Amino acid sequence: MQKITRDQLVSKASELLSNGTVCCVLGWGMGEFDYDVTPTVFNTVEELNNGFVFNDFCGANFSKYLVSKAAKCDGKILVLLKPCDTYSFNQLLTEHRFDREKVYVVGIPCEGMADVSKVKAICGEGILAISSNGDNINVTTLYDENPIVINAADVLAERCVNCKSKKHVAYDELLGDEGEVIESNRFDEVARLEAMSADERFAFWQNELSRCIRCNACRDACPACTCEKCVFDNPNSGVENKSPANSFEEKLFHIIRAYHVAGRCTDCGECSRVCPQNIPLHLLNRKFIKDINEFYGDYQAGEEVGMRAPLVNYTTEDLEPGEVFDRGADNA
Amino acid sequence: MRKCSLDKINLIFAEIAKNAELYLPVDQNDGSAAYKKWEEGTAWSNKLNTVKSPKDFFFPQTEDLMQFKTQGKNIEIVDTRSALQDFVIFGVRACDVKSFDILDRVFLSEPVDSFYASRRKHGVIISLACTRPSETCFCKTFDIDPANPTGDISAWKTESEIFFAANTEKGAALLDKLSSLTEECDDAAVLEQKEKINAIMDKLPLKNLTTDAFGGGKTNELFNAPEWDELSSACLGCGTCTFVCPTCQCYDIKDFNTGNGVVRFRCWDSCMYSDFTKMAHGNNRLTQKERFRQRFMHKLVYYPENNDGLFSCVGCGRCLAKCPISMNIVKVMKKIGGKKDE
Repeated sequence: MQKITRDQLVSKASELLSNGTVCCVLGWGMGEFDYDVTPTVFNTVEELNNGFVFNDFCGANFSKYLVSKAAKCDGKILVLLKPCDTYSFNQLLTEHRFDREKVYVVGIPCEGMADVSKVKAICGEGILAISSNGDNINVTTLYDENPIVINAADVLAERCVNCKSKKHVAYDELLGDEGEVIESNRFDEVARLEAMSADERFAFWQNELSRCIRCNACRDACPACTCEKCVFDNPNSGVENKSPANSFEEKLFHIIRAYHVAGRCTDCGECSRVCPQNIPLHLLNRKFIKDINEFYGDYQAGEEVGMRAPLVNYTTEDLEPGEVFDRGADNA
Repeated sequence: MRKCSLDKINLIFAEIAKNAELYLPVDQNDGSAAYKKWEEGTAWSNKLNTVKSPKDFFFPQTEDLMQFKTQGKNIEIVDTRSALQDFVIFGVRACDVKSFDILDRVFLSEPVDSFYASRRKHGVIISLACTRPSETCFCKTFDIDPANPTGDISAWKTESEIFFAANTEKGAALLDKLSSLTEECDDAAVLEQKEKINAIMDKLPLKNLTTDAFGGGKTNELFNAPEWDELSSACLGCGTCTFVCPTCQCYDIKDFNTGNGVVRFRCWDSCMYSDFTKMAHGNNRLTQKERFRQRFMHKLVYYPENNDGLFSCVGCGRCLAKCPISMNIVKVMKKIGGKKDE
């Protein structure tokens, strides 16, 4: 359950709207059910009172929206950022993707967001209501007389199970207490894949990526993917394609994308959250992060604005290509 | 009506698979279900539905149309089609069965799409009634009855038995082949199940969703509605809704350079994409709002206008479940359609 309440957020946002600090608010809009929350721009206090929602299903990372939304506002836009979102925020600023002066950031604490597919795996279809109650989540369904009580920890989104930081690395104002960077186990699954033989690893990814329907949701939600024209959307690029024509292509797309965001990916986990086929795409990015940490020392993209990522920097201590090659041979 | 014990379901599958390729929903390792080819040992999924709809069987995501081989100044045109086998799709829900009618009107009207037509000819559909609909289901809005799924054969599954009724000649011929595994029965158990399903349908949260505000002739009224701005505001422009949708039918035809020739293929397209229907002069929908509006106007206004009032949505709920930002046709219908009540 979240420590901060919907009413606290509405009150803060209303205050900033009313005193003219901001002209609009990027927040979460109420859905048909308790879990289908839509990122929404609120322009008035009335709109906030009627449609703003905050619960365990507010997972969307708002940072990327600032690229398109910030420029459209006459004044500042208020954005509510969870700790992990602030890393994307800084990374986008490092890449000059929006004007910092156009944005007012309120950092909000996060206790981890729930994954509705995990809720459905336990409760089945037919969810009528979901409410938080301490460490539990109560789920009312069409098919069960009494609400089903589940432990919130059992339905945490993968990226929240492996939360890397409760600390906000960017904000104008903070609600609640500041948290700490966390020693997470997020590289365990990568290490498990590394320990496989090359054939086993290939089979793992073949199985996962074979479900790809090439909807591009991973790319479109990714805060590191902000090219104005993606090479895969450009008919003149020679590699443009709207569907995975063969198994080579479906792998190629994801591997190229992972390379393109290497060193810039903050590990926010949006790619895996939005994938309609539940492909663990974040593992590709985490592999790169783990490698960068091992080769160049610990590096967290988005920790500060203006950081020079190891892959676009040169030092005499840098790894030689041969060392990378030998390491690959060991893993084959 | 015929029935058999669920203990014998694998014998039924094996019998069907003797003469045709059999496809049915199978659990995947990520917890969802997908249509897979049945082989000895394949287990039928209990899931309500698959992530991807069964439209792939008739209108695959990619298919080669022809090949050109060039040698000097000569071009040889090669028909890349191979002979199709008969196939059976088992366990198709009422909504998805209805989607085939919607696709038929596009692909089987003149000029007939021969690729689609031949797949339709070879396919037999065994549908399945829905005993546990989801909160995201709204097929009733489009007059679809999940207790009475159509298709070549309709099926109803109870705790211990499965019931079959043939609706077409193709279906009757297939059911005949299963006669040694099934027995003639009355429809008491099926009627009882239908009543239960109807009672559940009355409790679904989207039961009151109506199409009243939509239909042919509404273009001028709805096209410039101010609500499109807000509705499309958070749209990422991904193709998830269109690719999981059983009725989205737009495709692109493209040439792939093989080095010594060209393969012409078609693939699903998405009106959400920036190069959708791109022409020599450029693109006629420059903003995501225009692309977003196209999708819903197509389903709720343009298609019914050209197809006797039939809407091109079946209420399967896939877009509700899968949109990364939880924007979907229900929210559009309520926002745009609810205007009159205000």
